[in-house]
Amino acid sequence: MHQSRREFLRSGSASAVALALGGSGGCASMPATAPKVVVVGGGFAGATAAKYVRKWGDGKIAVTLVERGSAFVSCPLSNLVLGGSRQIADLTVAYDGLDKWGVRRITDEAMTIDPAARTIRLSSGTTLPYDRLILAPGIDFIWDAIPALASREAQEKILHAWKAGAQTIALRRQLEAMPDGGVFVMHIPKAPYRCPPGPYERACQVALYFSTRKPKSKVIILDANEDVQSKKELFTAAWNGRYKGYVEYRPNSGLVDVEVTTLTAKLDFDDVKADVLNIIPPQHAGGVARALGMANANGRFCQVDFLTYESTAERNIHVLGDAIQPAELMPKSGHMANQHGKVCAAAVVALLTGGEVNPAPVIANTCYSYIDDKEVVHVASVHRYDPATKTMRVVAGSGGLSAAANVQETVYAEAWAKNIWADMLT
Amino acid sequence: MNRPALAAFSLLVAASAAGAVGANLGRDVAANCTSCHEADGRSRGGIPSLVGQDRLNLVQQMRDFRDGKRPSTIMQQLAKGYSDAEIEAAAAYLSAQKAD
Repeated sequence: MHQSRREFLRSGSASAVALALGGSGGCASMPATAPKVVVVGGGFAGATAAKYVRKWGDGKIAVTLVERGSAFVSCPLSNLVLGGSRQIADLTVAYDGLDKWGVRRITDEAMTIDPAARTIRLSSGTTLPYDRLILAPGIDFIWDAIPALASREAQEKILHAWKAGAQTIALRRQLEAMPDGGVFVMHIPKAPYRCPPGPYERACQVALYFSTRKPKSKVIILDANEDVQSKKELFTAAWNGRYKGYVEYRPNSGLVDVEVTTLTAKLDFDDVKADVLNIIPPQHAGGVARALGMANANGRFCQVDFLTYESTAERNIHVLGDAIQPAELMPKSGHMANQHGKVCAAAVVALLTGGEVNPAPVIANTCYSYIDDKEVVHVASVHRYDPATKTMRVVAGSGGLSAAANVQETVYAEAWAKNIWADMLT
Repeated sequence: MNRPALAAFSLLVAASAAGAVGANLGRDVAANCTSCHEADGRSRGGIPSLVGQDRLNLVQQMRDFRDGKRPSTIMQQLAKGYSDAEIEAAAAYLSAQKAD
């Protein structure tokens, strides 16, 4: 059941803040009967969905965005912080650009969904009613897979840096503190994981730092997969060319555990000791999207209807971004998440205002990786809904890769980042 | 139902079915473009804005990318993913837009 107004008010100061935000966020004139959308997560998917429900709903749908962070920090480009050509501040965008769209923002964390009452309770105790709930929580790490990394102390010593921010800065500091002649060891989990080319770009960026500042040092990539997962020829060309002698790639390197005191990666048949150890843990959908049986793809990710991004397990709840089980060849990327956000926003507006849901959505992926601080490579694809199989399929003949690393696409990569951040957040 | 009435009825059905998709086709396809090509009128360099551009020019550029006539790094690969109807609808939508 919905909380009464009195209970709502009694539940603490955060509620008072939320009410104040509601009053100043352009919703003051919204009638109480306006349809309500709650979005959880202000990343590429959630922020996009929040903005576009407001934009395409002609301001007639009340949208509340629940995000625990005070600002957006982009994972794309965050490997450049490790390479030294960017600071985290360069990749940080405030959320207040959403205010002009009338998105009500609450800095809080989603805890419990009551699907029968259509409410979601936040960690502050605030309970929000919804007609449609959009979950874009990103990924959580499966720490159980690496027993020695269970403790916070261990996680502060052996970093993932797979969510941009404090971890990225901390990993850069570890690299700076490492004496020349040291070894940076990175472990990549079995696919699917967030950002398929990201680890290989990271290897390039650390190799860039080493080749210019610590030339006796080395990068070892331990990949649980049998081969490079994205842009293989383009990355291997860099490792065999520009970074020759700096990067060693070891496929089929399943991780059993780590030894924290000695910074050792324990593999099935081998131990690899590091000076800086970077473990990208296996991943599943963010916690709130794993509730209610929604993580119904191998218990890890959420299956959705690709026309609406509604969960196949729960009515009126939509899941976006890295938390979903994508169709084949749909990567877990920020760009894809932005596209999920728009298809979902269009569908939610249609469902709440009596319109028709687009029966034939087309989405695209564009992904740039920095080989160094001057040259970039891309992969792109276009995906179309196939009514016969109810899934997304790559349009035959579309998509492809850069012919080779080049400086022209560095200009595009920078513009891509700035434009997609604006598309989400302003 | 006489023949003209039947024809009119069929047209109406066809129009409403097309209208359901067609009404937002341009908006929805253009939303793919504006992930990279900014839509708020503020140039961030490198990738041109498409908002308010000439409709026929937008259609021609996309066709030239798709047919391999205009060289590119990425646009030829993306243009091949869209039908003529989608390109025309997106171009009409973008050309009619003003900066946010």
